[in-house]
Amino acid sequence: MRTKQILLTLLMLLVCSSLMLAGTVSGKVTYTGTPAHQKPIDMSKEPSCAKQHATPITTETVVTGPNNALDNVVVYVSSGAPDDGQVPSQAVTFEQKGCQYIPHVLVMHTDQELKIINSDQTSHNIHPMPKVNTEWNKSQPPGTAPISAKYDKPEFISVKCNVHPWMHGEFAVLKTNHYDVSKGGGDFKLPNLPPGKYTITAWHEDYGTQTADVTITGNETKEVNFTFKAKAY
Amino acid sequence: MRFIGAILFTTIPCAAILGLIFAAGFAVRAFAQEAPEVGPKPPIVIKPMESHIGNITGHAEAAKSDYRRYCAGCHGEYGDGNGENAVWLDPKPRDFTLAAFKCRSTLTGTLPTDEDLFNTIARGLTNSNMPVWNTFTKQQRADLVAYIKIFSPRWEKEKAGEPIKIPAEPPVTMDSIAHGKALFTKLECWKCHGTHGEGDGPSASTLTDSKDNPIRPYNFAAGKADSRFKCGNTNQDIYKIFMTGVDGTPMPSFADVIQPNDAWDLVHFLRTLQVNRHGKENEVLSAAHGVIPPYVDRTPAPAAAPADNKAPGGGQ
Repeated sequence: MRTKQILLTLLMLLVCSSLMLAGTVSGKVTYTGTPAHQKPIDMSKEPSCAKQHATPITTETVVTGPNNALDNVVVYVSSGAPDDGQVPSQAVTFEQKGCQYIPHVLVMHTDQELKIINSDQTSHNIHPMPKVNTEWNKSQPPGTAPISAKYDKPEFISVKCNVHPWMHGEFAVLKTNHYDVSKGGGDFKLPNLPPGKYTITAWHEDYGTQTADVTITGNETKEVNFTFKAKAY
Repeated sequence: MRFIGAILFTTIPCAAILGLIFAAGFAVRAFAQEAPEVGPKPPIVIKPMESHIGNITGHAEAAKSDYRRYCAGCHGEYGDGNGENAVWLDPKPRDFTLAAFKCRSTLTGTLPTDEDLFNTIARGLTNSNMPVWNTFTKQQRADLVAYIKIFSPRWEKEKAGEPIKIPAEPPVTMDSIAHGKALFTKLECWKCHGTHGEGDGPSASTLTDSKDNPIRPYNFAAGKADSRFKCGNTNQDIYKIFMTGVDGTPMPSFADVIQPNDAWDLVHFLRTLQVNRHGKENEVLSAAHGVIPPYVDRTPAPAAAPADNKAPGGGQ
């Protein structure tokens, strides 16, 4: 009797889980060639920021790891995702700290709230430079309220602070919630993909985009790797 | 007979070769479907846009010849700022396809009002090649404002922003100027404009506009008694410039961070940076022998440090 019950429960679990099949696409982003040397940033004109960095930080246009790993690549489902257009209710946060943008690459859904905070003791101006969305430019002195914004069209947008010309970040405005930014050695993972055909796009701010097609049939993890050709300059 | 034969003998292969060339050309064209269009761009479609300035209604269609004659040379037939003179100009002519405008009474990122554009055409833009177009009638200017709207779909999808509310200007006093100076320091206007407003702050040399062209911060001290600002020359205009920002340039909007009355204090101080200008502000300043006393306030301001012992870490 007891064994029958256990078997029945197991069977039910199996049936339920097969109804909620979800695959994962994961992999690594790497580069070939020699990436441009990332230069140390001279923050001496902004002492309140300079003192926050024991050693000068470098530019973050290309962030690499061991074995030719490439970080800060936005990997996302560019077509095929069933829940395109579902705007998350929680905001994403972009922080200005030590005269740096944290994170360097920030991904958000179209129409998702973007909160920009200034944790520094200096004034910054937040100047995202979209081509498709609307451009604006706001000052944010220390201790002022977060700036709230959103973008209604998908686009990769460079962000800068005109006061501190070394500050540079990227917004990736996507129409999907299936995305990741490669990190910790170029790794990325796109979980919770129901069975279907997908196009996965990888975007790097300097090296451009690549795509790969992948089919998820059930509870499986498909490996997709991207290799970008590094630009020497 | 022989002659006809000879003609046939030469024309048939010729025709065949021509045919082959033609066919090959056709095949290449069919194959390369996504090749960019060559040749002249199609003529611009004049959408039935309107403008409303007071009781004048402007119509885009009516400005067609004026735009071609007076504007297209710099702003381009397609409004993209790539007219034939554009390469020689600095700053570059406005790209109307972006619908981002420098002189607005509306918040950063929003469309300007028809009146803002109308005033810009009438006033011209100081320190640029955009002249004063007061030779046009008001109707012509209103028509041109409508014409500018054909270049960006934003004008069909969005309404112009709300003009910011500007409270009545308080009297110019030394206290107001001193507070303005404290704000100038605290808000770090000097990082670009320099401590004396000479456009020589530490970030000045690095500035670029949104199209990556180098751009200079405004030099308040240059110019004579009549030195002008890009977006007008009244105190209200200066108020609008820093509150709404100069879109497409490094100058941000301060509307979220300056209270309306504080903004007037900043206007009064900025006027004193125009050292050659004759005005109320410089009269008040010279009556005090050119010395702006430290401003005393609850908010920490480095300029007021000696008198303000509540500044964190700055107290004596």
